[in-house]
Amino acid sequence: MNVKAILLAICLPLAAAAQGFGGLGTNAAGFAVPTPGYAFDFPADAGPHPDYRIEWWYVTANLTGPDGTDYGVQWTLFRTALAPEAGDGWSSPQLWMGHAALTTPTAHYVTERLARGGIGQAGVTAAPFAAWIDEWTLAGPDNAMQMRAAGPDFAYDLTLSAQGPLVFHGDNGYSVKSAAGQASYYYSQPRFGVSGTITTPDGDISVTGQAWLDREWSSQPLADNQTGWDWFSLSFDTGDKMMGFVLRQLDGASYTSATWIGADGMTAALPDGALTATPLETHQSPGAKVPIEWRVELPARGVDVTVTAINPDAWMATSIPYWEGPVRIAGSHSGRGYLEMTGYE
Amino acid sequence: MTRAGFAALLSHWRRNPLQLFTLLAGLALATALWSGVQAVNAEARASYDAAAATLGEGQFDQILPPEGQTIPQDTYIALRRAGWLVSPVTEGRMNGVRIVGLDPLTAPGGLGPVQVVDGDIGAFLSGRGQIYATAETLDRLGAVANADLIVTPDMAPGTAITDIGFAQSLLDMHDEITRLIVAPAQPLGRPPLSDIGPDLRLQAAQSGSDLGRLTDSFHLNLTAFGLLAFAVGIFIVHGAIGLAFEQRRPVVRTLRALGMPLNRLIVLIAAELMAMALIAGVIGVALGYLIAATLLPDVAATLRGLYGADVSGTLQLRPAWWLSGLGIAVGGTAVAGAGALWRLARMPLLAAAQPRAWAMAAGAGARWQGFLALGLLVVAGVLAFAATGLVAGFALLATLLIGAALALPVVLGAILRVCAARARGPVAQWFWADTRQQLPGLSLALMALLLAMAANVGVSTMVSSFRLTFTAFLDQVLSSELYVTADSPEQAAALVAFLTPRTDAILPIQSAEQTLAGYPAEVFGARDDATYRTNWQFLDAAPDAWGRLAAGDGVLVNEQLSRRASLAVGDPLDIGGTVFPILGIYGDYGNPIGQAILNEVPFARLFPEAVALRFGLRIAPDQVAGLTETLSQDFGLPRDQMVDQAGIKAFSLNVFERTFTVTDALNILTLSVAGFAILMSLLTLAAMRLPQLAPVWALGMTRGRLGWLELLRAVLLALLTTALALPLGLALAWALLAVVNVAAFGWRLPMYFFPLDYLRLGGLAMLAAALAALWPARKLARTPPAALLQVFSHER
Amino acid sequence: MLLDVRNITKTYPGADAPVPVLRGVDLTLDAGQSLALTGESGSGKSTLLHLIGGLDAPDGGQILLDGVDVTVLDDAGRAALRRGTVGVVFQQFNLIPSLRVADNIAFQARLAGRHDVAWAAMLADRMGLAAHLAKYPEQLSGGQQQRVAIARTLAARPKLVLADEPTGNLDEATAATVLDLMLELVAETGAALMMVTHSPTLAARMGRRLHLHQGLVA
Repeated sequence: MNVKAILLAICLPLAAAAQGFGGLGTNAAGFAVPTPGYAFDFPADAGPHPDYRIEWWYVTANLTGPDGTDYGVQWTLFRTALAPEAGDGWSSPQLWMGHAALTTPTAHYVTERLARGGIGQAGVTAAPFAAWIDEWTLAGPDNAMQMRAAGPDFAYDLTLSAQGPLVFHGDNGYSVKSAAGQASYYYSQPRFGVSGTITTPDGDISVTGQAWLDREWSSQPLADNQTGWDWFSLSFDTGDKMMGFVLRQLDGASYTSATWIGADGMTAALPDGALTATPLETHQSPGAKVPIEWRVELPARGVDVTVTAINPDAWMATSIPYWEGPVRIAGSHSGRGYLEMTGYE
Repeated sequence: MTRAGFAALLSHWRRNPLQLFTLLAGLALATALWSGVQAVNAEARASYDAAAATLGEGQFDQILPPEGQTIPQDTYIALRRAGWLVSPVTEGRMNGVRIVGLDPLTAPGGLGPVQVVDGDIGAFLSGRGQIYATAETLDRLGAVANADLIVTPDMAPGTAITDIGFAQSLLDMHDEITRLIVAPAQPLGRPPLSDIGPDLRLQAAQSGSDLGRLTDSFHLNLTAFGLLAFAVGIFIVHGAIGLAFEQRRPVVRTLRALGMPLNRLIVLIAAELMAMALIAGVIGVALGYLIAATLLPDVAATLRGLYGADVSGTLQLRPAWWLSGLGIAVGGTAVAGAGALWRLARMPLLAAAQPRAWAMAAGAGARWQGFLALGLLVVAGVLAFAATGLVAGFALLATLLIGAALALPVVLGAILRVCAARARGPVAQWFWADTRQQLPGLSLALMALLLAMAANVGVSTMVSSFRLTFTAFLDQVLSSELYVTADSPEQAAALVAFLTPRTDAILPIQSAEQTLAGYPAEVFGARDDATYRTNWQFLDAAPDAWGRLAAGDGVLVNEQLSRRASLAVGDPLDIGGTVFPILGIYGDYGNPIGQAILNEVPFARLFPEAVALRFGLRIAPDQVAGLTETLSQDFGLPRDQMVDQAGIKAFSLNVFERTFTVTDALNILTLSVAGFAILMSLLTLAAMRLPQLAPVWALGMTRGRLGWLELLRAVLLALLTTALALPLGLALAWALLAVVNVAAFGWRLPMYFFPLDYLRLGGLAMLAAALAALWPARKLARTPPAALLQVFSHER
Repeated sequence: MLLDVRNITKTYPGADAPVPVLRGVDLTLDAGQSLALTGESGSGKSTLLHLIGGLDAPDGGQILLDGVDVTVLDDAGRAALRRGTVGVVFQQFNLIPSLRVADNIAFQARLAGRHDVAWAAMLADRMGLAAHLAKYPEQLSGGQQQRVAIARTLAARPKLVLADEPTGNLDEATAATVLDLMLELVAETGAALMMVTHSPTLAARMGRRLHLHQGLVA
């Protein structure tokens, strides 16, 4: 079987999403489309939305070992729908893809899983909350969520405990992705305390740290003029956090968006242009040449920091390849975070 | 200069079209036979490979359910959720087509239909139904409601691939999985298989059902045939090239005297040869395609019948095969032409430019050839005693055949010398002397005939021996009149209860897989019954083997196990921790793995979990039909769970008939090639013979008489050659059966003789020689007297 | 001077001991001259002809042909000499049996790269071969075959024609006709001619005569 064709079909919407939900006038073919003023409904909205084309449960974690070594962990479950219906059994149009990664300063372990919906191999239930594909799980109540995944050469088994409220990006969770108004529903839990064990070929290591959950769903594919994005989730030592992304365009211009999450619990959405991110140093990682050091500025909040990859080779050699890994922050603020870069060749 | 020189060289062929035809036809025939056989082999292998690639057979580890059962889909999900990266396959048959349902998302890379149109994967997964297969297979499948039938030429024959969801509904196997393919890379922290599916078993890649290995014996025969045919063809080409060079010797001298540099000349001649090789190669490959296309349906039927291997009945053109055909034509020409070019390069410019009959060149070389032949035959003799292993086996074949071919002119020369010495009367004396004079010119053609005859005798003997042995073996293995299979242990118990009053004996067939003496093997538990005692023949056995087996104090092993593990009668064999002495060794043809038979009592003790689901039933043969009916009507056993012995035997014999069609066709083809070689040799000699025959004619012999004598000479030489080919063919058969077969497959077939077959083959060879000689002889008988007179006037 | 042969020696391996065939021969020939080479069998006259024609290499001495020392040429150089500068007419004709008469006549000129259709046609006409151009050599008489061979040589316009007993295989009357034609045409082309012959009559018709005896000029 032409594996590429399958992956293309599954990943096209994902790739589109990863690159910013662009595409004016591209029809969503019967799928629901995000609209402003949506009233989120929990726990239901923690579960899947089969009438939207694309959705993800995306956890990144900055962890520290007993000797102070930095580690990064990623657990992601993507849902993509061939048709806007849940379906049952093998004929369900819902397809699932899992990505798991473990990053150390010297190594980056990645693995991927694919599954059909409708047969129980992968899925998400809202109450009690559980997201799974094969033996990988993200399940349990907010204060004791289990997150597990394994590949041929690595594994992790972590417990997550929420330490603050959910954060809704953009206009109360309606996150605009282009000047033309393409959008998704987007909320986060940026404050999970983490403890548990990671496993590398050298053995088990107990770790603690912080995790960040992103939830996003939409239906619109990418625009022709958008080439990729750079996404930052930064946790400053002051307790403040910030999420920001830059959608790069063919003409060299970009569309930016950011959310400031204060240590005091206040959040603020910052409009296009408030955030600037400038590459300082590029690096030939295993799949592409990518910037691994950035100057990130958010003048409205006095942020002018240098963001540096902990492992410049954190390349995700998956069906849609991209770069995703933990970063260190220095400058006006210090701290740690995660960086995702798509669309580099 | 190059053009003028090339034109002069090529003009030779225009004036001697027969020679050109000989050269091209010989090479084309040789290439045709070789590439035809290779095409058949390649097609079959491609079919196995396609099956392996699309179905993951042999390539990946697999998880299988207990015999006769399926894996519940829940178990599959449980395995996935425990971290086992397995991919489900649901398969079954429909209209004789193997329907294979796959899940492309979990299947290891490279599995499944070769082309899924980009973006149309949705249709494949949707459950609406897309079926991928060759056009032939789709025809057999017929219209399947609501499915898109997609023609995929690269698919394994007789196999259709679809989504597992669609396959489950098509085959009415909802939530059932036939087997699981295990991905090569598995995640950390997986629990053992037995924790999740205690009744499932893991089958390692490349074990059990590797069709390629099973069918190798058949392909080996074909390849041997093709190689011999090619060797025969190369003899023809060598002769034709030698003749052409000899005749053009004066022209080459003239060209050089007129200022053509030697190296340019050699390049031109080499280019000329290569061009001819390519032309002949193309013709040969095309002819080979025809041969292959004609033979393939029979070969496919044979392979399906013998081994259950699905092989396409239609031939595909494969670039690799075209290239190898052309390559062998060019390579063969290079081998045949290298010597001639070498002599040309060393030929002095000024040596007397007298034309010399190529045929008479043998002289001093004959002794050298005799010594070489003797040396090769001595090596063959040593190898016959010492050879073990496939390489030594083939070395034995090569030394035997080449040595015998080289020895042929020497032996024939000796026979003719004896005959000439005893001849009375002038005509007889002249006839024998003249025959001796012809021998060097005909010897290449006669060698070709010798090899063709020997190959036919050898291969016929092997195939016929195989048939006799195999049919006897079928009697042994299929000693019960009817075989029934139960779905479950419960049904088995009910069957036994139902059958006990209706049959003479019920023989349960139960087996367990086991590693014996370090080799994968099956252990069978046998009930003590007269059936076995009367039908089974041992290759070697201790006294009262059946009695001791019944008493449980011993075991029987098949030949494969005994050869591989070097086990003899009386040796101990450890089965599941208990040591049994070996009581007997039996032939077990066609089985790739080892086998051992225990009495059912110790078997049940060692393998308590094994349950007999298959049974052999002994009843009077005329009651088989009635019992089948009763089982079907009263017990409700489906027809496909009953097999009657007569049916299997008829089927097996039918398979052999197809095998023989193939062998016969190849027999006739190789003999035709040899006959052609004789014809061409005689025709090329004919022109040179006029000066030898003209004086005899002038002295009072009629042209008609001379013609008859020419014919008689050809038949006589063919008869002598055939007589020599018979022992050679038998030696070849012995080498194939006793050395090559043992090395390749682990069993030795007993050799039988088939005098009538040999007589028929000898008759065919004589017929070929007579037909070949007929035209030249007729030509001679009708030579105008003026042509004979010219011989005298031309003489200087 | 077209040809200058200086102190040429040649020895062939014999059954018992090497046989000296030429033991120091000198001769010269100018353009347009003709020379008869006579001597008994084994005197070395054919060998001398072959050495001058580049068909073989001498053991010692020099052969300057048109200013070039042919004794130092390699195989390719001698082949170029044979097709370009000299033309040899053999006793056994040495025609190419598979080529038609016309192609045989044109053959050497083609090899030499100076085929001239009109010239070849004129030669064929003068040689009386016009009616036989489409035939094969075996369909011609001996005299006709030798005329084809002479025409082939002259068609290539050599500077030096070497003839080795060109009429040795022909009867007397035919021989005379063929020789007349050859001398006439050679004279017309301005080539020098050197001919090996047994016949005193033929030798007398040449400009000069050189007699060889036991490998030396007598």
